[in-house]
Parts: sequence; structure tokens; C-alpha cells
Amino acid sequence: MVSDMPNAASSVFRALADPTRRAIFERLSRDGEQTVHVLTRHSGVSQPMVSKHLSALKRARLVGHRRRGRETHYRARPQALAPLVDWINHYSAFWQNKLDQLEDLLERMEP
Amino acid sequence: MTEPATRSVIIEKEYAHPPEKVWRALTERSLIEQWLMKNDFQPLVGHEFRLRSEPVPNWDGVIECRVLAAEPCKTLSYTWGTLGTGTVVTFTLTPTAAGTHLRMEHSGFREDQEKNYKGAKYGWQSFLGKLEGVVAGLE
Repeated sequence: MVSDMPNAASSVFRALADPTRRAIFERLSRDGEQTVHVLTRHSGVSQPMVSKHLSALKRARLVGHRRRGRETHYRARPQALAPLVDWINHYSAFWQNKLDQLEDLLERMEP
Repeated sequence: MTEPATRSVIIEKEYAHPPEKVWRALTERSLIEQWLMKNDFQPLVGHEFRLRSEPVPNWDGVIECRVLAAEPCKTLSYTWGTLGTGTVVTFTLTPTAAGTHLRMEHSGFREDQEKNYKGAKYGWQSFLGKLEGVVAGLE
């Protein structure tokens, strides 16, 4: 059911609603671990903006990080997308339920 | 960046009632409320309306919609906007000997995970595979 949508799904959706964040997430998914510098080179926005987007992705647990020397390396966490799959599943159950209710309504309606 | 592939939820159902009656249930406010949600719907292309369900933590229960198509007794389509995501709901009615065949397609669910994790080691393929029964893919 939609009303049961878990908080995790909405934070993942919010994080991925922004095209720059989506691009960063896709790059990390495709190319593996990256530093902020490398991500900035490809993103078309400033390094502070990339850092801000990375923070949002980290809050949604879509991105993890580790320090190596003076640089922080970021990586995608694909398992954080699980709520999205669940969300689609929720909608399937949601519509099954609603279309059954539609049938009940049709029975009650005047011909 | 190419547009990510999306997926749909498709449900088909037979009703023992004529399309005219099913159409009324899909398009009259008081009837919509009885099976779907509170609303300020009008069957006019371009009309913006809201579906309202009970608010829950992190979600106000409001779905922002806009009518894309409304062909009486045949097709009704509207956008379904919630939590920064845009999807589309389309109802298609076909008369049958027994009544009406209704096809509901809710499309536009982003499938970044499938594109990004094809062949990844997280068991996504098998997980997504289990959804195939209820969720049909489209580009």
C-alpha cells in the first residue's frame, strides 16, 4: 500500500530526483570508487556542489565512503535501492486492492 | 546521459458491467472517492487535481495529478506525482460480451537498479526476476 511506503523509499527517491545526483550515482555505479576531484571533473558543477550532492546520497545510504591518505573515496551502495523495488511491489498490491474495491462499487451502483 | 528505462505495473480485470458504468466510476468525484481516494477530479484534458489519502510520517498523503487523456468509455490517463517522482496512470476500457475489460497501466517507474546492476553480485537479477509476474518492463 502507498500509505505504508517506508521512509527509506522516500529518501532514496528524493536523493535520485536530482539529475546531478543521479549522474554521480550512475558514475559511481558504472566506474567504481572515485574521489571528489574525479567526480567534479565529470559532473559540470563545482566541487562544493559535488560534495553537497555526495552528502545527500550518503544520507540516503546510496553512497559509502572511506578515507585513503588525504583523499576520500566514494562508492555506490546498490543495496540501498532495495526500497525502490519494494515500492513498485507496493503499487502492484495497491492497484489490485483498488480495482477490487472498484468492482464492489460497481455492484453497489445503479445500473 | 540517456533517459533511464522505466517499468510499469499493469493490471487487467474483467467487470460484469458495461463500459459506460465503469467510466462513471472512474470519472465522477463521489464515485472515485469510494474506490480510490478523495479528489477534485474533472474529466478534462489538462485539468489538474489532487488525490488525497491519510497523511503518514514523511508523506502528506497528497498525489498531484493532471489529466492527459479522457475519451469517454475508452481511455483515461493522468499523471501521478508524489515525492518528487512523476509516473502516469492509464485506464483502457474495452467492451466485452460480459461487460468490460479494464486495463490499468501505471508507468514511469525508474529502473536505475536494473541498468546499473546488470550482472552485479547482489542478487538483483533474481530479485527483479521474481517481480516479472506483476511488473512488465518497457523502455
